[in-house]
This record gives sequence, C-alpha cells and structure tokens, in this order.
Amino acid sequence: MDEKNAYKTFRIASIRRDNYRVKTFTLDGKLDAKPGQFCMVWVPRLNEKPFSIMNADPLEFNVAAVGEFSNKLHELGVGDKITLRGPYGNGFTLKGKERKILLIGGGYGVAPLYFFAKQCLAQKIEPIMVIGARNEQDVLLEKDFTDAGVRVIVTTDDGSKGVKGFATVAAQAELDAGGIDAVFACGPEKMMASLARLCNDRNIPCQVSLERYMGCGMGLCGKCVCGGQRVCVDGPIFDGAEALKAKDFGKKSRDASGAAKTL
Amino acid sequence: MADLTTKLSRLTLRNPAILASGITGVSCESLKRASDGGAGAVTSKSVTMDARKGHNNPIMVAFEGGFLNAVGYSNPGIDHALQEFSSYDGEAPFIFSIVAKDAEEFGEIARKADSLQACAAIEIVLSCPHTPGYGTMAGQGTPQATSGITRAVRQQTKKPLSVKLSPSIQALGEIAKAAEAAGADAVNMGNTAGPGMVIDIERGQPVLAFKVGGISGPALKPLAVRCVYDVYESVKIPVIGTGGVSTGRDALEMMMAGATAVGIGTAVHYRGPQVLGEIAREIGEWLDSHGYASPSEIIGIAHENEPRK
Repeated sequence: MDEKNAYKTFRIASIRRDNYRVKTFTLDGKLDAKPGQFCMVWVPRLNEKPFSIMNADPLEFNVAAVGEFSNKLHELGVGDKITLRGPYGNGFTLKGKERKILLIGGGYGVAPLYFFAKQCLAQKIEPIMVIGARNEQDVLLEKDFTDAGVRVIVTTDDGSKGVKGFATVAAQAELDAGGIDAVFACGPEKMMASLARLCNDRNIPCQVSLERYMGCGMGLCGKCVCGGQRVCVDGPIFDGAEALKAKDFGKKSRDASGAAKTL
Repeated sequence: MADLTTKLSRLTLRNPAILASGITGVSCESLKRASDGGAGAVTSKSVTMDARKGHNNPIMVAFEGGFLNAVGYSNPGIDHALQEFSSYDGEAPFIFSIVAKDAEEFGEIARKADSLQACAAIEIVLSCPHTPGYGTMAGQGTPQATSGITRAVRQQTKKPLSVKLSPSIQALGEIAKAAEAAGADAVNMGNTAGPGMVIDIERGQPVLAFKVGGISGPALKPLAVRCVYDVYESVKIPVIGTGGVSTGRDALEMMMAGATAVGIGTAVHYRGPQVLGEIAREIGEWLDSHGYASPSEIIGIAHENEPRK
C-alpha cells in the first residue's frame, strides 16, 4: 500500500509553549514532506484531524488548543506517542524564477509558511512574511521567522502590535511597492479570497492553502470539497485564480455531515 | 469502435462505469466532475431522513489489499440533499442512493427522492456493515426485509429502482429474488464486505473509530465477482457489479460474471475522479481488440463457457 497511508508512531522529543494556547511539538523523527502538506494525526479512541507540517526534519507541528482534540494533544508530554499518517496534499510549488515572494499567514496559518520560507531561503529566494493576528498575544512564530533571516511585518486587528488592521492591508502595500514575483497565503478563507483578488488585479501569481473538515484524507469521502476539488488530494494548495472560480471559495465550507455552511 | 451504450432497465448509460455511492458524492459539483470525467452514471452519497454526523475519524484505513471504511452514514439529510442535487446537470444520469431504518421510512425518503427532477433512478441500500440501525446491522439483509422495503419504495416511485446487497451474506440468491419479486429493476451486488478490522500494533488499538469497517478495493474483487456470478443465476433483472474494480480488465471480469454495469469506488483513490471514463475506454479497447461490438456480447459468458448447473 501507499506509504503515506500507513500509520507512523513517533515520540514527542520536546514541547515549546508559543503563547497562551499554542504549542510547538517536536517529534523524534522525520517525514519526507513538502511545505504546505499535512498529516492526519490520530488520537486512539478520540478522533483524527489534519495538521499542516511546520517542519519535516525533525517533524514539527504547531498546535492551537481550540477544541476537544487539540486540547487532548496539549495534555501530551515529552516521551508520549504521536501517531499519524501522511504526508498528504500537494504542497506549495515554486516555478523556479521567483526572486522575491510575499507570504501571508493569518491566525494559525503561519506554521506551514515557516516551513516554506526556510525552503525558499535555501533556494536563494527572498521571502517577506506578513503575520496577521487579532492582537499581540496571538502573533505566532515571529521570532522563528526573524531568526531564520526573514523580514517580518506584523499586523494586528486591534493595533496592539505592528500595523493596525488586517494582513491584507499590509500585503497590498507590499504588492504596490513592487518587485514581488509570487504570493503564498494560509489563513482565514475570506482573507485568502481578498488576497487572490488583489493578486489577480495585479497579475501576480498567488497560491492559497485551504482548510476544510476532513474525513478520509484520501480523496474518497468528499467532505472536504471546494467546487468539486478535493482539498485533501487536489489541494490543499490551489492557484488563487482557480480558487476564485469555485463558488464556495471564501464563502462556504462543509461540516462532518457534508452539509454546506456559510463561512 | 465498440458501442459501450448500456441499457440498465429503463436507464440508458453511455457506458457501464457507475460512480458508486459514498465516493465523493456529497456535493453536486463532485458528481458533475465524475460525470465530466466520463462516468456512465453517478450515485449520490447515501442519504437518510435526518442529518447525521457519522462516526468520528478515522472513518477509513488503508491495508495491503484495499481499505476498510466505517463512515457511519454521515449525510446532511434528505431535505438538504434535495437542495444540493437540484442543480445537477451532468451528462451521466444521477442515481439517488437512500437508506432508512425501516420500510416505512424508506418509503418516505423514496417519495422525496422521486420528486427531484435530476433523479434518474433510486438505489436502496440494505447492506451497510457498519452503522447501527441500518443495513445488515438492522437485519435488512434478509429475504423478508428486502421484500418489505423494496415493496414500500416501489409504491413511491416509478423510476428505475436498484437494491444494493451485501457480499457477506450466504443466502444471496434468495435475497436477490425477493428484491426482484417486490419490483426492483436491478440488483447492485454489492456493498463492502465484512466488516473487518485493522489494529495498529504500535498503539494496540483498532484504527477505525467504530473499530470495524467494510472491506473495499482489490481484496474484495474475487468475492464480489463470485457474488455477481451467483446473483446472475438467480434473477432476470440486470446486475450492477460493485467491488474492487480498478481497471477495465476488472470491469470485464465482473461483466463476464454477469454484470450489466459496474460500480466503481475505491479506484477513485488509486486513479482519481476521471477513472470512470478511463475504465470505460479500457473496456472499449479490450472489446475492440477481441472483436466484440458491444459489452452485451460478453455479459455472463462465464456461465456459458462453464455451466454450473
């Protein structure tokens, strides 16, 4: 069977607390994965959920405690087991001609972009990172980016840190300043829809990372679809212009029953 | 070029490759994509009266021979589904798959499903191996239950009606005959098998949240072929062969056992949503290279070549 579908058990090597509800888990092994891909993390007798990969070697995940499942992960300690399958999905793609790119992470969407930024730096591509958060407390991984040598622009909705306003406003200013060859975004879908339109208007290629309720993760159950595209295998990364053609993008998602819900 | 046009009771398909229920069939656009990819017909995810969240994840697990699934009939309920599929305009006919707790509820859902203009046929599933209250877990896999449920649905619709059976039941011929006598136009043979179980040895736990699940994929194929062979000898109505079909050659094997059309599910994982059109092309190429003008020339030939009785 396909190796990505096999369950792999790791032990937690270290845990770092990032803020009042986010922790970074470093595991004792690696995975052959690309930035933008995700794993299905299984907690026996509870559930299984998708998490984007923050680092492949060693394997790292950035987990916000926002529900029953993620709270359970937060209860785990160093030495405990983490079992997962993957990596799944297509990942971000570079055309090979980019020299300077803009990354925009909204809320918890920052982690996969950190993985991607490091890949870009290794390929001599200059990433500029916009970290968007509700307030100062929610700003994630700023130091990780700056330590890696990435210029970071922080925006907060309430102005408690960095530029006041949405990440899209800072992104627009960077795009208008010129020199950006491509844009990569991960965050709330409404934010990504706005970015995709900004990029469309300026003829700048844009890739967005979609989040959906995920059932099988293997392209069969259909719960994660956006406009006929299966986010788990056809995505989660989509070309912004293509995503805008799907009537659900930025507007609707589906719940565990498969019913469409307004975002 | 062989003519793949398939007559399935009163339904005419451009080819015999049918997207099986439960495979991406949650949204109208997914079904449209399968249709655009060349499917002969597409089937909705099975729909119940009310919305169901289904089982927790994992709902599906891979093993060497295929997959186990225990989705637990997650679906948004018949009223939401009617809305969802009302705009279906794919070239492949739309088969509405429904499930219910008993004959009366089956009748009510069938009446609603029948009202959908896009609905070309109705499939009733009496064979789910992993959802309490439904299918084999609710005793629907008996000749008596099959007869009562099929009759109740038949009263509510004049559209072609197929009954989906379990490959894990011995008295298949009797059940298929009961469906035929109660007015079914076709038998879908059939559902996933089992249930089976996969245990992760590092965690010492069954992987599926429901612990057990139906077996699909290549491991199911020989069982499904045998079931199709048996059912073909029991009834006169056409048989849809479903179980482990991943290639045109698999489909041809199913057809030689007696299937008029083939259901395709797990192959979408292996080959993508365009797999139905690809399998149809593979069937056509094989028929051409072997001098057959249409699939009807090979349906059930395994019986003529090697008579059982």
